[in-house]
Amino acid sequence: MNKLKHHEHPEQMKVKYFSFGTKILTVIAGLGMTAFIYRFFVGLDVATNLDNQYPWGIWIAIDVASGVALAAGGFTTAALAEIFHREKYHSIIRPALLTAMLGYTFVAIGLLADLGRYYNIWHPMMPNMWSGNSVLFEVGICVMIYLTVLYIEFLPIVVERFKSKVNLPSLLAILNKPIELFLKIADKTLGRVTFIFIIAGVVLSCLHQSSLGTLMVIAPTKMHPLWYSPWSPLLFLLSAISVGFPMVIFESILASRSFKIKPEKKVLSSIAKYTPIILSVYFIIKVLDLIYRDALHYIWEGSLSSYSFSVEMLIGVIIPTIMLLNNKIRNNINGLFIAASMVIFGVVLNRINVYLVAYNPLYEIETYFPSVIEIAVTIGLISTLILVYRFVVIVFPVISIDGETKKKMENKNQFGIIK
Amino acid sequence: MEKKRREFLKVIAAGTSGLIGGSALASESSSKKDTGSYLGVLVDTVNCIGCRKCEWACNQENQEEKLELAKFESKEVFKTSRRMESDKFTVVNSYDNPKAPEEKSFLKVQCMHCNEPACVSACIVGALTKSENGAVSYDAWKCIGCRYCIVACPFQVPTYEYHDVLTPEVKKCTFCYHLIKEGKAPACVEICPEEALTFGTRKDLIELAYSRIKKSPDKYYPYIYGEKDIGGTSWMYLTGVNYNKTQLPELPERPIPEITESIQHGIFKSFIPPLALYGLLGLIMYSTKEKENSEGGENE
Repeated sequence: MNKLKHHEHPEQMKVKYFSFGTKILTVIAGLGMTAFIYRFFVGLDVATNLDNQYPWGIWIAIDVASGVALAAGGFTTAALAEIFHREKYHSIIRPALLTAMLGYTFVAIGLLADLGRYYNIWHPMMPNMWSGNSVLFEVGICVMIYLTVLYIEFLPIVVERFKSKVNLPSLLAILNKPIELFLKIADKTLGRVTFIFIIAGVVLSCLHQSSLGTLMVIAPTKMHPLWYSPWSPLLFLLSAISVGFPMVIFESILASRSFKIKPEKKVLSSIAKYTPIILSVYFIIKVLDLIYRDALHYIWEGSLSSYSFSVEMLIGVIIPTIMLLNNKIRNNINGLFIAASMVIFGVVLNRINVYLVAYNPLYEIETYFPSVIEIAVTIGLISTLILVYRFVVIVFPVISIDGETKKKMENKNQFGIIK
Repeated sequence: MEKKRREFLKVIAAGTSGLIGGSALASESSSKKDTGSYLGVLVDTVNCIGCRKCEWACNQENQEEKLELAKFESKEVFKTSRRMESDKFTVVNSYDNPKAPEEKSFLKVQCMHCNEPACVSACIVGALTKSENGAVSYDAWKCIGCRYCIVACPFQVPTYEYHDVLTPEVKKCTFCYHLIKEGKAPACVEICPEEALTFGTRKDLIELAYSRIKKSPDKYYPYIYGEKDIGGTSWMYLTGVNYNKTQLPELPERPIPEITESIQHGIFKSFIPPLALYGLLGLIMYSTKEKENSEGGENE
């Protein structure tokens, strides 16, 4: 993966870090961080609207479950470009990898806020506490290992950027040599073993993406029949795979606007061909499952669940499938962007539906709706993720630029924060 | 291109069927069946007079803040249906019993101590365990506070100390584990003035329950709630009306862990499905690379 192909030019983005949008995001991230810290001082009771009937809220449904799903671009792209060797998709590996790495990192940070005893988060790693019967244990272990794998996969980019260039200022200069040595060793070893990690990343992803679907199978009597299914793991895996490429498209288009580079329309249109296929398979299995469990009629129930289900299927699955089957829409940046956004919306809504809407506890006192603090933390984490992403693509060569745009950019002589 | 796409889908299909299809090979489950060692309590809701002394005894035995008996004497509480809280492991509610219209019938609720507890199966660190004597116990030291046990419990029993900033715990009836392991009865059973709570082995209690139903068929609804529900529970109920007219939830007989654990063990059956997927992907990676080389690099 660190061997660059001739048509690929990952570059550091040469823009100033703070744009107008970045400043707004910084304010939101700041508010979110304040809410995050506040939670640790006041506890879950004050900070959240969780209770004994609704132990899980948006921090699990959005920060964790949706976060993991939306990070699926990492393993789907790796599978396509590096395992199936579709070389033309090489240029999107790095952005997808970075999204996955940051996505999972923020899943872990978000989880810290939700855990009552966050300081015990390392417990699942201890062999004396391993619980092979727990679905959550499997999710936890896989996510921990996968996060490590993602950082290892990113290491070659760090090597490429900083090998023989490590130059920390003043006091930190002491670390220059050890870091240089580390990068050298990484450079020598990684090239030969990267493939082990790439395959491991895909396997680990398949495992925990599906297990996130098994999680709620433990509450058969509380789940709405539209989402309660023993096939939930397969549906979760398929929907994660289906959202992988739309996430890459969504980000790539946003990044191209933000950094004023030409979007790689050819690659994006081409990769979008897979999405309707996976979505169709997902849709067929979903419908068959509903028919098999005799749950199809709940669509006409007229409840929040039935409406939410209809929106999820229409906007998240059916419409984008039709859109992306159309060559005209698929070869148009705006069309691609809208269709990709719809798939992303659909998967996030699906996770919210499974974890919150479908969950009907006994003896409900009050229906759960997230508190201001919960919402602030979630939005804050997303904003921070975008800010870190921007920082990383300015410091490291992640995003590819075609030769033409590159020349234009050089002519414009823009100033970057890092030369 | 077409061929490759088909390959891609085929592999995804193979991978997922490996993951999911394996569930048919359900393997060892965490849950043990009652072999006679499980203790239990028979709650005879027809005999219960709603004195709430069990609530008080529970408070004295299990809470740090000991409340006076007088605090548990009000009958006002029966106007609403209450649930357990992190400092109340049991509560008594009332239900309408047409067989005794002049009087209300009462239903004590607490952790059911399932034979095959969903919470134990769910717990990510093994903080919840099922003991030989049937009690479902909690180890706060292991707990990470994910509250998945609360999601999993079909009776909506475990509560959480949300108000505790640093060391919140999952709280629920302990079956007075510290007492029953010494052969004593739980505090609530000990204090019960009527024959509403009976402590013994599950087997004996089921027999006792059947004999009571047989003796007074017009007094009882002929069903022992908890004998088979959700795989059986240590705490079982006799009711005057159909249990679904009380707050006891209608549940299937199949224990919950059977479903999730069969999926789980299917996926992880001796690590074969993940390793097979790994091998398959490795093979594809190797073979497509070969092709690319023989075709001279770019193939599209």
